[in-house]
Amino acid sequence: MIEFSLDSRSGVSPYLQVVHQVRRALRLGLLVEGDQLPTVKDVVASLAINPNTVLKAYRELERDGLVAARPGVGTFVTRTLADSSLAAHEPLRRDLARWLGQARSAGLDEESIEALFMSTFRDVNEDIA
Amino acid sequence: MSAIVTARGLGKQYRRRWALQDCSLEVPVGRVTGLVGPNGAGKTTLLSLMVGILTPTVGTIEVCGGRPAADASQLAKVGFVAQDTPTYAGLTVADHLRLGAHLNPRWDDAAAHRRVERLGLDPHQKAGQLSGGQRAQLALTLGLAKRPELLILDEPVASLDPLARREFLQVLMEAVAEDEISVLLSSHVVSDLERVCDHVVVLVDSQVRVAGDVEELLATHHRLSGPRREPSTLPADQQVVWASHTDRQSTYVVRTRSPILDPAWSVSALGLEDLVLAYMEGPASVTPASTGLEVLR
Repeated sequence: MIEFSLDSRSGVSPYLQVVHQVRRALRLGLLVEGDQLPTVKDVVASLAINPNTVLKAYRELERDGLVAARPGVGTFVTRTLADSSLAAHEPLRRDLARWLGQARSAGLDEESIEALFMSTFRDVNEDIA
Repeated sequence: MSAIVTARGLGKQYRRRWALQDCSLEVPVGRVTGLVGPNGAGKTTLLSLMVGILTPTVGTIEVCGGRPAADASQLAKVGFVAQDTPTYAGLTVADHLRLGAHLNPRWDDAAAHRRVERLGLDPHQKAGQLSGGQRAQLALTLGLAKRPELLILDEPVASLDPLARREFLQVLMEAVAEDEISVLLSSHVVSDLERVCDHVVVLVDSQVRVAGDVEELLATHHRLSGPRREPSTLPADQQVVWASHTDRQSTYVVRTRSPILDPAWSVSALGLEDLVLAYMEGPASVTPASTGLEVLR
C-alpha cells in the first residue's frame, strides 16, 4: 500500500498530484499488478481532502488503463509502468549520487545543483527532440 | 450544474446600511463549496439568509428546493454550524446529543454516539470545559447527525489551531465521503479551503467576483511576467484578472482557455490562494490593496 502526500505550494492541483504519485509508484515498481490503492475514505481521512479529488484521480488512472475499481472492494492496479529499464535504475542512481557528491565538493549549493541539472536536462531534451 | 442554493438579486438592509446587496449565486449539489471573501464582504449575512435566520430585504433565495426555514421539513434539510461553533457551555456532551435527538426528525443517534466515541469525548463533560477543537468537533457532530442535505458552516476553523483545524476538516471530509452531503463553508483563510473544496465562490462587497470548479479555475488561470506591456496589446481571449507594472516589467494574472504562446512571457501556475487574492485585488491595483484576507504561509 502506498501513501499520498500533498504539496500545497506546488501550484499543481491536488488531484493531479495523486495521479502523479500513483504513476511514479508504478514506474518505480513500488506498485505492481494486483496491488490495492488506498480507499477513498482512507485518503480523505489522512489528508483531509475532498473525496471528489481522490475519485477524480482514480477515474483518470482507470481511463488510462492503469487501475480498475471493483465496486465495494476497492481500486486495484491492473498494469505496471515499470519496464525492463527498472534494472538500470540502481546503477544510474549510483552514478547520479556520485555526480551529486562531486558537485557538492566543487562548492555548489542545492540551488545551483538544481539549476544546473534542470538547464542540462532541458538542453539535452531539446537536442533529442 | 444543478444547484442546491440559488440566490437572485439578494439584499439585506439593516436600518440604513446594506450588509448584502444585489447578490446572485448558485451552490452546486453534491459538492464542497468554499465561500471566500474578506471580512465584511457579506458572507455571514448571506449564510444567515440561506439558513433562514434572516429574511431578505429584496431578492429571492431558494435552498434545497424551498424557502429557507419555511416549515419543519425544510428545517430538517439544512444543517448549520454558526461562527465559532457554538455549544451550550452548561450542558454535557451527552445532553447535546439528547437535545439533538429531540429536535431533529432525521437524527442519527447511533452515528452521533459513534462519532463522539471516536473523537474521545467524555459524554459527561460539560461543553464549557472542552477545548476549542473539541467544541468544534461536537458542533460538527450535531450538524452531521441531523443528516441534512446541505451542511452550512460559517468560518468553522477560523479560531482553531492548525492541528485542530486539520482534524476538523478530516472528520468533515470523511462525512462527505460517507454520506454524500452537499457542504458550503465560508472562510477568509483560503489555504484552509484549497484541499477540501472542489467549488469556490469569491465574494467581495457582496458581489460574486468569480465562481467555479477549483480544477477548472486552476487550469485556466496563469501568471505572466515579462517586459512591460499595456493590457490592450494582450490577445482578446486573455481576460485580465490582475495586473501590476513597474517601469520595465509587467505581471498579469489572466484567465484563458487557450495556451499562452507568446515567448516574451514567463508563465507560471497559480495556487488557489493567489488566484483568489488576484480577484479580490482586481485589475486596477498597482500596489497590493489591503483586502483583510488572512494569508497563512
